[in-house]
Amino acid sequence: MLKCKGVTHLLSESLDRKLTLKERLSLKFHLAMCGACSTYSKQMALLKCACDAYRISKHKD
Amino acid sequence: MSDSGECMTKDPAFLEALRRDMLKFARLQLRDDALAEDTVQEALASAFASDNFSGRSAVKTWVFAILKNKIIDQIRVRNRSVNISALSAEEESMDQAFESLFSSSDRWSQAAMPSDWGSPEDSLRQKHFWEVFEACLNHLPENTARVFMMREFLEFDTAEVCKELSITVSNCNVILHRARNGLRRCLENGWFLPGEQRC
Repeated sequence: MLKCKGVTHLLSESLDRKLTLKERLSLKFHLAMCGACSTYSKQMALLKCACDAYRISKHKD
Repeated sequence: MSDSGECMTKDPAFLEALRRDMLKFARLQLRDDALAEDTVQEALASAFASDNFSGRSAVKTWVFAILKNKIIDQIRVRNRSVNISALSAEEESMDQAFESLFSSSDRWSQAAMPSDWGSPEDSLRQKHFWEVFEACLNHLPENTARVFMMREFLEFDTAEVCKELSITVSNCNVILHRARNGLRRCLENGWFLPGEQRC
């Protein structure tokens, strides 16, 4: 059973590789049930968004 | 837009702003002011030396592409002598701080429940957010930062990062997780919960 700490690892890895179907399903299931992890995943999405924006700012005139 | 590149390269204010921006970017990745200066100088020199320079519309894009390659060269030279997977005291303390967020059953502890950061747009359009963001990047320990920057800003995939730095994929995953959670904690303290007591 996937626990919150494991969720943080899977969410990080999801930014670097395609998760397996089993991983995606257990992640989805956990996030649906766990408000704290769901909030955490939104924080990670914001962080990713910031990194992308920062990188792209170096590509534009 | 075909000849805007030429105009811009003759504009000292544009060049100075570009150089400053390049320097900030190089310093973040190389963690060495003198080396960053040299690398930026080299990138600008090879940009100027090329016939393609004038008439380029996307000068900044192009110059940054050259700079990225120069940074990658520097990283390659320097990484031969660095053991990336060795943990510094700073990295150990980041891991402890992360572990302390969870109860013994690996669930969030009551005091560490993640808080709502609001919408990305609200933060990302504010200048001060970017100052905090850069400070947080600078604050990452060197080896952690190296792997994270290669992945996020130099756009290596994990396999390439592992190959360049001679580390395993699982090690790379651990380091990226550490970097992201370190940035999370830093942004939370520096931006999302201003005024909150820090320990």
